[in-house]
Amino acid sequence: MNSAVLATVERSTGLDVARLRSDFPILRLKVNGNPLAYLDNAASSQMPQRVLDRLIRYQTQEHSNIHRAVHYLSETATAAYEGARSTIQRFINAREAREVIYTRGTTDAVNLVMQGFGRAFLGRGDEIILSQLEHHSNIVPWQMLRDEKGCTLRVVPCNDAGELLLDEYAALFNERTRLVAVTHVSNALGTVNPIKQMIAQAHARGVPVLVDGAQAVPHLAVDVQDLDCDFYCFSGHKMFGPTGIGILYGKAHWLEKMQPYQGGGDMILSVSFERTVYNSIPHKFEAGTPPIAAAIGLGAAVDYLTDIGMPHIAAWEHELLTYATEQVEALPGVRIVGTAQDKASVLSFTVAGVHPHDVGTLLNEDGVAVRTGHHCAQPVMQRFAIPATARASFAFYNTFQEVDQLVAGIRRVQEIFS
Amino acid sequence: MDSKQLYQEVVLDHNKKPRNWGSLADATHRAEGLNPLCGDHIWVALKVQDGLIEKIAFEGESCAICKASASMMTANVKGKQIEQAERLVQEFRDMATGRLNPATQPSQLGRLVVFAGVKDLPSRVKCAILPWHTLHAAFHDRGTTSTEGDADPMGLSPASESA
Repeated sequence: MNSAVLATVERSTGLDVARLRSDFPILRLKVNGNPLAYLDNAASSQMPQRVLDRLIRYQTQEHSNIHRAVHYLSETATAAYEGARSTIQRFINAREAREVIYTRGTTDAVNLVMQGFGRAFLGRGDEIILSQLEHHSNIVPWQMLRDEKGCTLRVVPCNDAGELLLDEYAALFNERTRLVAVTHVSNALGTVNPIKQMIAQAHARGVPVLVDGAQAVPHLAVDVQDLDCDFYCFSGHKMFGPTGIGILYGKAHWLEKMQPYQGGGDMILSVSFERTVYNSIPHKFEAGTPPIAAAIGLGAAVDYLTDIGMPHIAAWEHELLTYATEQVEALPGVRIVGTAQDKASVLSFTVAGVHPHDVGTLLNEDGVAVRTGHHCAQPVMQRFAIPATARASFAFYNTFQEVDQLVAGIRRVQEIFS
Repeated sequence: MDSKQLYQEVVLDHNKKPRNWGSLADATHRAEGLNPLCGDHIWVALKVQDGLIEKIAFEGESCAICKASASMMTANVKGKQIEQAERLVQEFRDMATGRLNPATQPSQLGRLVVFAGVKDLPSRVKCAILPWHTLHAAFHDRGTTSTEGDADPMGLSPASESA
């Protein structure tokens, strides 16, 4: 795309991408002699200098254990840790900070709900509705619960575009349905599911809903009160924060009823060998010393995103995805997998006659980082009868030039295999 | 590493026109090889008479590295004694994992040295080795082999999946 058109697109989305890119030291890397085109953001995104600086400041000036001592550093660390919780609360518009539980990531958050809600409230014959588009982390925990409790899993199918079939969804409910666990955005295809509508449908039948938001939070504004979801899970490292930290949002009335996930320090009010009184939420679910630095780093990432503005990010990524889709679609022999009307940030594709792993290895030589494989979503691959795809996934710091680099790389793959 | 070193003409040719492709009705040994992480899935069948590999065939679905490795393997071990082939399995594995440098150390690898570069691409080592795992499993009448976990006959450490 020529620079004049690019400038117009940038203006229309309100994003100065060149300036934002300079916030990310890792994006200056060269790989195999080529500029790095980092298109694997759905797997993990990069951290801006502001987040890195915040981590350094915490470790050099504020670190101690939290909720423990009366000394200066413990007070400072506690204030920063709890401050980040409030920042995250505002970002997703949770009603209260105590509805925001720190976890190790999305997987840990889903497992927390499986243990604290599922094991406590579900029994033999109870049913859970999942979708065809789930990541393994929103399938396997429920299978473990099914096998332990004798529950039944029901799956919402999708059409050839990768869109969930809402009529089929409605037909899956019955008097034994106890939970819906569904992804907001598919990590393998990029489909944005109509979760607000799906949540309303579930609530009309008195069924609570857990949303896997790992692929949504970095790309679109999420308002948990507007969605009215009962649980919402996401990861720090996919939204420009550190690894090892994630969030479970839960409505307070559920969290209060739920059983603790793990036992240990910080989740108790009092302990004797006869009896332990659990702490109130959110602490009831945060046993042991948490990843304090990572939580504070996530708070800094949220501040960074808030300053840019999620609507600007969504608008830029929409332009990027539209351009990438047009360019990749125009290549003969390349098939885009996942063509939903409403998509975010993910372009999964196959190249005729070339295995995705060969595509990935050759693109890497051009400095283009994509993910290849089943994307921890084997049921999605089974639905489309393919073993794997190559997946380019975008963040707001990606550019049209990087899309061109990807397209040139795919052309080269085709030449080599011709 | 420059992956052009890996995707050489000979590799691309064997990928496009795999030798000994198909199954054997009169096989005496068979094994299935699976790399669950990337979906490479092949079957190797052998007809062995008095320790001699009279016939060998393979089929399946895999990436170019795996398919070319399997094709060149079958061409190479056909007509050899099992023990010679087993030595080759060991040498190929040592080369792919960087423990044998065919440029400086003697080996029977011949043209198979085109796969030497895979040692610099850790995520692709298993693609190249899978056919050889499967051949090894067939000799020992193990029905299925995998590049992962307990079923990995060559003891490579398992990789893990991620989002």
